Amino acid sequence: MENIGALALILAFCLAIYSFVASIVGAWKKKPFLIASGERAVVAVFAMITLSVGILLYALVTSDFRFAYVASHSNRDMPVYYKVSSWWGGQEGSLLLWNFVLICYGLVVVLQNRKKHRPIMPYVTATLMATQIFFLVLNVFPASPFQMLAQGRNIVEVQDGNGLNPLLQYWTMLIHPPILYMGYVGFVVPFAFALGSLIVRQPGDSWIHTTRRWAIVTWFFQSTGILLGAGWSYAVLGWGGYWVWDPVENVSFLPWLTSTAFLHSVMMQEKKGMMKIWNIVLVAATFFLCVFGTFMTRSGLVASVHAFATSDIGKYFLVFLTAGIAFTIYMILGRLDYLKSESELESVVSRESSFLFNNLVLLACCFATLWGTLFPVISEAVSGEKVSVDAPWFNRINIPIGLFLLFLTGVGPLLAWRRASAESIKRNFLAPFLAMLVLMAGLAVAGVQHFFALTTFGLCLFVAWTIGAEFWKGAGAIARKESIGLMPAMVALTHRNTRRYGGYIIHMAIVVMFIGFAGAAFNKDITVEVEEGKAFHLGRYEMKVVKVDTGQTDNYVWQNATVEVKVGGEQYATLTPERRIYSQSQQPVGAVKIHRRLNEDLYLNFAAISSEAQRPIIQAYVFPLVTWIWIGYWVLFVGSIICLIPSKVKMSYAKTEVVGMAGANAKVAK
Amino acid sequence: MQKKIKFGSVIAIVIGVLGWIAYSGVGETASYFKTIQEVNAMGPEAKDKKLRVGGYVVPGSIKRSGNQVDFAIDYHNHKMQVRYTGNEPLPDTFKDGSEALIDGRMGDQVFHATKVAAKCASKYEAKPGQNYKGNASTYDKKS
Repeated sequence: MENIGALALILAFCLAIYSFVASIVGAWKKKPFLIASGERAVVAVFAMITLSVGILLYALVTSDFRFAYVASHSNRDMPVYYKVSSWWGGQEGSLLLWNFVLICYGLVVVLQNRKKHRPIMPYVTATLMATQIFFLVLNVFPASPFQMLAQGRNIVEVQDGNGLNPLLQYWTMLIHPPILYMGYVGFVVPFAFALGSLIVRQPGDSWIHTTRRWAIVTWFFQSTGILLGAGWSYAVLGWGGYWVWDPVENVSFLPWLTSTAFLHSVMMQEKKGMMKIWNIVLVAATFFLCVFGTFMTRSGLVASVHAFATSDIGKYFLVFLTAGIAFTIYMILGRLDYLKSESELESVVSRESSFLFNNLVLLACCFATLWGTLFPVISEAVSGEKVSVDAPWFNRINIPIGLFLLFLTGVGPLLAWRRASAESIKRNFLAPFLAMLVLMAGLAVAGVQHFFALTTFGLCLFVAWTIGAEFWKGAGAIARKESIGLMPAMVALTHRNTRRYGGYIIHMAIVVMFIGFAGAAFNKDITVEVEEGKAFHLGRYEMKVVKVDTGQTDNYVWQNATVEVKVGGEQYATLTPERRIYSQSQQPVGAVKIHRRLNEDLYLNFAAISSEAQRPIIQAYVFPLVTWIWIGYWVLFVGSIICLIPSKVKMSYAKTEVVGMAGANAKVAK
Repeated sequence: MQKKIKFGSVIAIVIGVLGWIAYSGVGETASYFKTIQEVNAMGPEAKDKKLRVGGYVVPGSIKRSGNQVDFAIDYHNHKMQVRYTGNEPLPDTFKDGSEALIDGRMGDQVFHATKVAAKCASKYEAKPGQNYKGNASTYDKKS
C-alpha cells in the first residue's frame, strides 16, 4: 500500500510536469488539444494526490506503525480526530497538505474557467502546475510521507508511535493548519491570473474581476488562520500571549499585510485605472511571501520555538523563490506599456491618497516586520555579530503603524474621490472627532494613563462613529424613500452594495479587535507558591487553592489544583488548572483554565510543584478586554460573508466593465 | 509639480518617522547572541548588554521555589547558572536535557533570565527509533 502511495505521488509529479509543458507548448504553438490535455492532466494530478492522501490517512487512522511518519506523529491511544490531524503534525505531512490544497484549488480553477478566459488559461494552468511541481518535488524526494521503518532489508513495525506533539492536541489545532494553508495556497490563483494576463498582454484589469472573489475568500482564510493561531496560543501556551512576534507568527502576518493592501488598491485600479504595476507587485509579493513563510517555518533559518526541526529542504525553497521572483520581475519590466496609469493623484486630501497611504503604511508594517524577523541573519552578515530584536521592538514600530491605519480606516471611506472639500471634511468628521476627544478626556480623568491605550480607545470611537454614520445616512434615505423601518433599510442598503458595506463591517471588526489589543496595556499577573487553604490576591480577585488531585487517562496522567476565586468576599468561580504528562511523549503540558468575561479574563496556570516544599506554584493573570478580539473575529466573519454575496444592484463601474468585455474577447497576442 | 512635492514630502515624513522609530528601537531592545564561553570571557562588559545564550539544561539542576526557577545550562562543557523570574511560565518543553535559549542580563555569577525558550529537539521531529527503548537504534529509514 505504501508503494501505491509513493507511486501516486511520483505519477502526480510526472503528470504535473506534463500539464505544465502541454499548456505552454499548446498556447505557444496554438494547439487547442494540447491545452485541453494539459487541463485534463490537472484532474489526473488531483486524483493521484487525493489517492496518496487517502493512503496516508488510512495508515494514520489504523495506526500502521510501519510508516515512519505515522510512528513519529501518532500513537494508538489518541482519539481518532487527533490521529487525522497528525496528517499535518509534521514536515512531510504538512507539505502533502500544501500539495492537496493547491491541487484542489487548481481543479476548481480549471473547471470554473475552462470555457471563459481562453487566452490566458493555459498560462494560469502552467503557473499553478509550476508551483505544484515544486511542492511535489519536496514530497517525492527529500520529504516523502511514505518512508517505512526498516531493519536491514525488512520493513518492520514498532509497538506504538511517538504521538502527536501534546501542544497540538487542542481543538483549534485541528483546523488551524488547514485553514491557514487554504489562505496561503489560495493566493496562487490571483497570482496565476495576474501573471497570465501579463504574459498575453491582456489589456485592462479583467484578471482582477476574475479573481476578486478568490482574493476575498483567501484573505478571509488567512485572517481566520492567524486568529485561530492566536486563540490557540492564548489558551494553550500558558501565559495568555496571543501574539509575541515570534518569527513563525511574523511570516504568517506578512502575506496578510500585502493581501490586505492588495484588496484596497485594486479599487484604485477598478475606479481610476491607477496603480496597475503596484497591484501586480502586491499580488506577486503576497504569493511569494506565502511560500517564504513556508520556507521559514521549514528551514529553521531563524530560531523559533514553533519551528519544525531544521532540515535541508531550505535550499529547494531558495531556488524556487529566486526563479519565481526573477521571472515575475522580468515579466513586469517587459510589459510596462500595458501597465500605464490612466489618471493622476490630484490632492493630498482625497480618497485616492487615503488608499495610497493605506498601502504605504501596510507595506511599511510588512517591511518592518520582515526586517525585524530577519535581523539576526542580516546583522550576522553585516557585522558578524548575531543580534536579535524582540517583541518590544516590534511593538514599538507596529503600534504607531496600527494606530495610523486605524485612523485611516475611519477617514478614508468618507473622503471624496479626487479632492475632498474643507466643507465636507467638517461635515463628516467634526462630530466623531469631538466625541473622540470627549472620550479620551473622560478616560484620562477616570485614570487611564497609558498613552497608546488612550489613543486606541479614542480612535476606535472615532472610526465606529464614522462607519455608523455611513450606515445611518444610507439607511435613513432608503427608509424615507420606501417607507420601511430602519433595520430593513439597513439590510436593503447592505444588499445594494455588499462589497462596500461588507467592507465597512470588516472595518468595524478591526475596531473591535483593537479594543481587545488595547486591553493588553492593563494586564496583571502574579506567580505564587501557595500552601493549600492559603489565599493570595490579584486585582479584585481573592484566590485559594483548596486541593490538589491526580489521576490518569489513556493518553496522559494529570494533576490539578482546585482554586476557589472570590470577589468582594463572595464566591465568584472555581477553576481547576491542570498539568498533564502525555504517556507516549513523556512531555509535560499545562492545561490552563480561563474564566472568560467581556470586561476581563481571569487566567490560571498550574506552573509546577516546588522542588523543596512540594507546594503548588500557581500563576494567575488578568487580561482585560481580550474577549473582544475573538468577538471582532466573528464580526469579520460576517463582514466577509456579506462581501461575497452578490450585490442586488449591479456595480456601476461602467469603465471597468467595458474593459473587462474587451479582455474576454481578446485574442492570444503573439 | 507642486503636487508631486506635496505627496513626496508627506510620504517622506511618514517613512522618516517610522524609520527613526525602528532605528532608535534597535539599540534599546536588541539582544546579542553569545555562547556561554563568550559570556564568561566578556568580563564586566557582559553586564551592560542584553544577551541571548543557548545551551542544554543540566539534568537535575532545575529548582523551583516561589516565583523563581534556578537551573544550569551547559554548552560544550561550559556551564552557566541561571535564575529565571519572568512572568511567563516556562515552556512545557523546558525540562532536563532540553535545548534552551535564554534572554537576559549577566549578574554576579548568575545569569538573570527574563525569557526562556526551549526546544525538545528529539520530540519535534524525532527520528523514529530514537525514542523507543530496547534495540531501537538499529532501525533506520527506508523508502
